[in-house]
Amino acid sequence: MAQTLFEKIWRQHVVRELDGNAALVAIDRVFLHERTGSVALKSLRDAGRSVLDPARVFCTMDHIVDTLPGRGDDTLMPGGRAFIVETREAALAAGIRLFDVRDPQQGIVHVISPELGIVLPGATVVCPDSHTCTQGAMGALAWGIGSTEAEHALATGTLRVNKPKTMRVRFEGRLAPGVTAKDLTLALISRHGSAGGNGYAVEYAGSAVTALEVEARLTLCNMATEFSAMTGMIAPDQKTFEYLEGRQYAPRDAGWEQAVAHWRTLVTDEGASFDREILIEVDELAPMVTWGTSPQHAVAITATVPTLEASGTAPEGYARALQYMGLEAGASLLGLPVGAAFIGSCTNSRISDLRRAAAVLRGRKVAPGVRAICVPGSMTVKRQAEAEGLDRVFRDAGFEWRESGCSMCFFSGGESFGARERVISSTNRNFESRQGPETRTHIASPETVAASAIAGHIADVRPLLAGSSTGHH
Amino acid sequence: MEKVETVTSVAAPLIRANIDTDAIIPSREMKSVSKTGLADGLFAGWRYTAIGGREPNPGFVLNQPAYSGVRILLGGTNFGCGSSREHAVWALHEYGIRAVIAPTFSPIFYGNCVRNGIVPVRLAAPDIATLAVWVEQDPAGHPLTVDLRAQRVTSGGGHAFSFEIEAEPRDMLLEGLDGIDLTLKQRSAIESFRAADRKARPWIYLEPTP
Ligand code: SF4
Repeated sequence: MAQTLFEKIWRQHVVRELDGNAALVAIDRVFLHERTGSVALKSLRDAGRSVLDPARVFCTMDHIVDTLPGRGDDTLMPGGRAFIVETREAALAAGIRLFDVRDPQQGIVHVISPELGIVLPGATVVCPDSHTCTQGAMGALAWGIGSTEAEHALATGTLRVNKPKTMRVRFEGRLAPGVTAKDLTLALISRHGSAGGNGYAVEYAGSAVTALEVEARLTLCNMATEFSAMTGMIAPDQKTFEYLEGRQYAPRDAGWEQAVAHWRTLVTDEGASFDREILIEVDELAPMVTWGTSPQHAVAITATVPTLEASGTAPEGYARALQYMGLEAGASLLGLPVGAAFIGSCTNSRISDLRRAAAVLRGRKVAPGVRAICVPGSMTVKRQAEAEGLDRVFRDAGFEWRESGCSMCFFSGGESFGARERVISSTNRNFESRQGPETRTHIASPETVAASAIAGHIADVRPLLAGSSTGHH
Repeated sequence: MEKVETVTSVAAPLIRANIDTDAIIPSREMKSVSKTGLADGLFAGWRYTAIGGREPNPGFVLNQPAYSGVRILLGGTNFGCGSSREHAVWALHEYGIRAVIAPTFSPIFYGNCVRNGIVPVRLAAPDIATLAVWVEQDPAGHPLTVDLRAQRVTSGGGHAFSFEIEAEPRDMLLEGLDGIDLTLKQRSAIESFRAADRKARPWIYLEPTP
């Protein structure tokens, strides 16, 4: 019988069926970080249990660690040091690979996992972090869990999982210059709602997805959690294999050939059926930007803040979002003054993101009064960017150039943007107070962030691209 | 984990869409590597007048005397979205919440509720609105009951709404089961799966780094 990509991976991992719709599912990779993984490791140890297969468990310091140059165990977050020290001790005791504060491979979990070949096609990957869905772009079944579930996966090598329904989202057509994977995901969520994917494992497919490079696919899958889906995934193809070949934890030699032969079978069969299908034509899409406090509150950058009726949201939430953002229906987004610009996070901090932003920034300056920050997603990305001279471009333009980590993607009590400060950000969440108490976040692609930083207000990147080939699709 | 079968209590309406886990427990309120000491930080951004402060905001529902002793929350769509932090559920539980009623939940939050003795109840938005109207008339005098075995929410005012929950999460809650203990009973099935899988997909198994 014709099967979907999801069904194939699911079936290959069912250890045993459980009551109802649930199954005991084998887990191939567990990733932890110091914010939520620390408590899982600690609690596991307190219960007198150990990690079943430490070689397949990884841990990084990304959430609490500072991104300021010269960082160590001390962080701006009050009490942050304890998380770092305790995570290190617990990781050491558990015998798992830790990407520590000063490790040359340290970085944001969802950036370093593909970069090091830890996530592989057909693998089940879990992490107590909601953006684990990012890694589904490699053809894996990757999803975020809680800390208790992480303990379960660590101790047993399995999870008890309710089988989700399946959805396919097909993006068909060709993206115009300046329109990126970030805009695809914002378009989907704005049209179908922040709960639109609830209960589903989503496969992204179609000509526009096939055309995306691997790093852009990671951006697309990153925000499946903002769609409330269990995960997003993309069938692995030649690009995926080429990306992975030779990476540190990827299979080698005869193992590589055998793995690729298996991975080639991981596609949705002709005629396989999904519980739900969505089609999005992409030719006419413009760069997107958010106006409110949910990723669902996104429109084309040339549009105005929608009316209640056009917003597709409930009256109470709509009014609250506008009040929080200091906006009114009908207001133009283009031209809204920004106080800060942020390029980073597991959504958009890979080398291709930095290259595209740098192409916009080259020979230009950030507008006076705008605080601009670039935080590479991993130390590997940072070194690569420096080898290409991109750090000079960012610095010359007036950006801060940081060490890798989650940084100001979220406010953890230390560093933040200002109250009611308007920020244009390449991150994934524009929730109330996400980047600082009362901070007003507008999310967009890295190139839109770069263009807005230069203009000093929300700006359309497309005029800046005229004549130059964007060349990233 | 403690068992939970029925919850009868004052219910507090907090009907906003997309209440995220950072709103439930702000990151800055997670002060140590611990599952406890979180109730004070529950909804801190809304509950107190200033960031990091402890002066109650009288406008926030949980600060109103009529809702004291609340064990049931009425929420909006996509409840518990955002960060996977289980601290959101630990904070709710420590505060006393044993059931959350919402039209939809973030899947991670839903799973975290089940693993910590909080019943996640999915009801249609209009039904929740009906219950909220009833509750608000007289919060202390109009308690709700969540009956997990019967899969029903009822009020003293004649409202009765059925809800769906899968067998596995329902039984975990009713029996107060620890998932790890349950799964470890399947140790031999797991071992034989791994032996076969190692042959089929040798590349997925990694050697310990020396
Ligand atoms: S970069 Fe932001 S969204 Fe990504 S893992 Fe870190 S905190 Fe979460």
